[in-house]
Amino acid sequence: MALKIWEDWFNACSGCEISILNIGDPLVDLLPKLEFVHCTALMDHKFFGQTGEGDPSAMDIPEVDVAILSGGIRNEEMKHELEEVRKKAKFLIALGSCACYGGVPAMANMWTNEEVFEKLYRGCVSTEPSPNPSDPNIPPWTDRVYALDEIVKVDIYIPGCPPHPDWIADAITALIEGKTEWKLPERSVCDTCPLIREKKALASGVIKRSTENLTFDPNEPLDKMRCINEQGFLCLGPVTLAGCAGKTGVPRCIQARTPCRGCFGPIRKGAIPMVDMIGAMSSIGLDAKTVVDRRAIMNRYIGGQNRLRPLPARPIKR
Amino acid sequence: MGKTINIQPVTRIEGHARVVIQLDDSGNVSDARFHVSTSRAFEKFCEGRPVEEMPRIVCHICGICPWAHSSASAKATDAVFGVTPPPAAIKLRRLMQAIAYISDKILHFYFLSAPDFVMGPDADYSVRNVMGIVNQAPDIAKKVVHARWLGAHLIESFAGRAIHPTFNLPGGVSKPMTESERQELLKGAQELLEFSKFSIEFAKENVFAKYEDAIKSIGVINVGYIGTVADDGSLDFYDGKIRLMKPDGSYDDFAYHEYTDHIGEKVMPWSYPKFPYAKKWGNFSMDLDNPVGIYRSNCLARINVADKMKTPLAQAELEEFRSKFGRPTHLTLLYHYARLIEMLQNAEEAVQLLEDPEIASPDIRAKVEPKAGRGVGCVEAPRGTLIHDYECDENGLINNVNLIVGTTHNQAAINMSVKQAASTLIKDGKYDQGILNKVEMAIRPYDP
Repeated sequence: MALKIWEDWFNACSGCEISILNIGDPLVDLLPKLEFVHCTALMDHKFFGQTGEGDPSAMDIPEVDVAILSGGIRNEEMKHELEEVRKKAKFLIALGSCACYGGVPAMANMWTNEEVFEKLYRGCVSTEPSPNPSDPNIPPWTDRVYALDEIVKVDIYIPGCPPHPDWIADAITALIEGKTEWKLPERSVCDTCPLIREKKALASGVIKRSTENLTFDPNEPLDKMRCINEQGFLCLGPVTLAGCAGKTGVPRCIQARTPCRGCFGPIRKGAIPMVDMIGAMSSIGLDAKTVVDRRAIMNRYIGGQNRLRPLPARPIKR
Repeated sequence: MGKTINIQPVTRIEGHARVVIQLDDSGNVSDARFHVSTSRAFEKFCEGRPVEEMPRIVCHICGICPWAHSSASAKATDAVFGVTPPPAAIKLRRLMQAIAYISDKILHFYFLSAPDFVMGPDADYSVRNVMGIVNQAPDIAKKVVHARWLGAHLIESFAGRAIHPTFNLPGGVSKPMTESERQELLKGAQELLEFSKFSIEFAKENVFAKYEDAIKSIGVINVGYIGTVADDGSLDFYDGKIRLMKPDGSYDDFAYHEYTDHIGEKVMPWSYPKFPYAKKWGNFSMDLDNPVGIYRSNCLARINVADKMKTPLAQAELEEFRSKFGRPTHLTLLYHYARLIEMLQNAEEAVQLLEDPEIASPDIRAKVEPKAGRGVGCVEAPRGTLIHDYECDENGLINNVNLIVGTTHNQAAINMSVKQAASTLIKDGKYDQGILNKVEMAIRPYDP
């Protein structure tokens, strides 16, 4: 029997859904095993009846086997849908780092909503300064961006920005086969990275900014290239969950000859990547204090769950 | 006051929006609006970030067109640092963008819009979608899924990531292309070109010829257009001057950094995105009979503003299109047609770029030093002219960002098309799910 699915996106960019489509040729075989009852991206099921005739306070959500939800929570409508879907779904999958950790948009949590609105509607050079939008037909914002598990119980986490199609197909296949759990293996990006590590930076001290390219020979494979941290640049590989290239590939940003920025989030629940990364840098002789914009760069994809917050106002110097 | 019709959510578009249609006592449309339910506020949370990190932060604005944001951002950072990337770097940026755009157009045409035409606008909602197409036309579905995958695969095999790339950087790109990579990618690009040729022939026969009446009516509005053209007036997705065309076809061309002289943004209390408008055309009005300052972006806009296409097969298609519909044409459903002409140019351009050995030059990045400055970088994103405007302090940390993204230009036009479609389709209080879907069909061409 086909797996009944409710799919939706919240405070997201659609990249997770595109990653589903990037499953590629196997998708055509997988689709008939899935019965989408809702998918804003691909089909026309409506929340309140197909002609909007339903009760506006009761979303039309049937019982489903799986809810696949991407994006964090940014407004009351998203929060309501999440809570309602949770009641009707046997399994809830948080798809992508926004759903798992808040994602890039949770960087907004470094400010209050009013500061954010001030910039958007009264602080942009081409915008005519105006009051914040406010209307019964647009939902008010939540006080900050939330990861899904701050609001409801999440059964399966598929992190990544975006998650690799291998893992999406793998998790869905596991549920089709009747399994009740699925989890990515707890390995670091470094565990799957072919670069040469000698446990010592080429030059100790200051960490370089990405204003110049890494040193490598483009005609040589990656296993002839020196570790990015050891070259003196910040790479979050040591504190980031592996899997961005799927089951077998080399980490994707490394393939592009660029450092990891942590899009798969922490290796295990409860880890604090910023603390662990400072330790990793110190151990090879780099001065972690020299990382520019340290707090935001090390929490870029994981700013929900209170990892990013407005800083207390600095005392005024007299 | 009469009944209110709520279409929620608008489907087969990106993100969350609803349409609210207000009927009067006799059941005719008195107003209709397209409400977008949130904003993510990149303009705010980019403040304080190192400018060289911007291309890999702002790409997250859109998971469908991350390469457009990555390119525009890299160009804005080039401008901040005052550098020009080496020729091979520009060719590589153009190439990645062109291949990514082919996947984007496949997604929109086949996955999001085709169900309205292949299954029919009044088909039951449970089959009016890509799953319905998979069942009804499995051979085409396989071809389409494969072509979409191929585009992503080509990009990943060279640049690591197809979604949210890290490849574009201030001053150039992160790695050069080897000769063997060039040969491999060329084969793939040629396959995508064949698929692009198939797509436009398929659509001309199976969609545009069959839906002439719908094309002439649904969502049609008489407004202006925005796009980017090269010095010779040809459509260019990566670089050129911005052209803002009035509804009558007359136009102004301007450089990126002059955009604030021409474009302003209104805030409406009932939707989170802003409403850009042409400042020099008078006082903003979305009145259907007499709109002022309203222009559209995305493919139909580009096809209208460009004097010609950049590549031969796309040019032949443009000539056929113009002989039928003129320039500019205001028929909203023709966005779908224009999209496939553009896909052809993207594919031809990808092949041309890969046939040029210079793209495999090892010289791919100019060195940059953090300094204070402002830079405006633009490209044509799939959904329209994309404007990234950054200012940073002497340490190269961002202190001011302004963004006008492709779909934002279309906010006013989408609202007008919704109202136009609702007003012509709903009479005397009569409507059904097919009619409400046709109202959404006035939105989908914009691919918001």
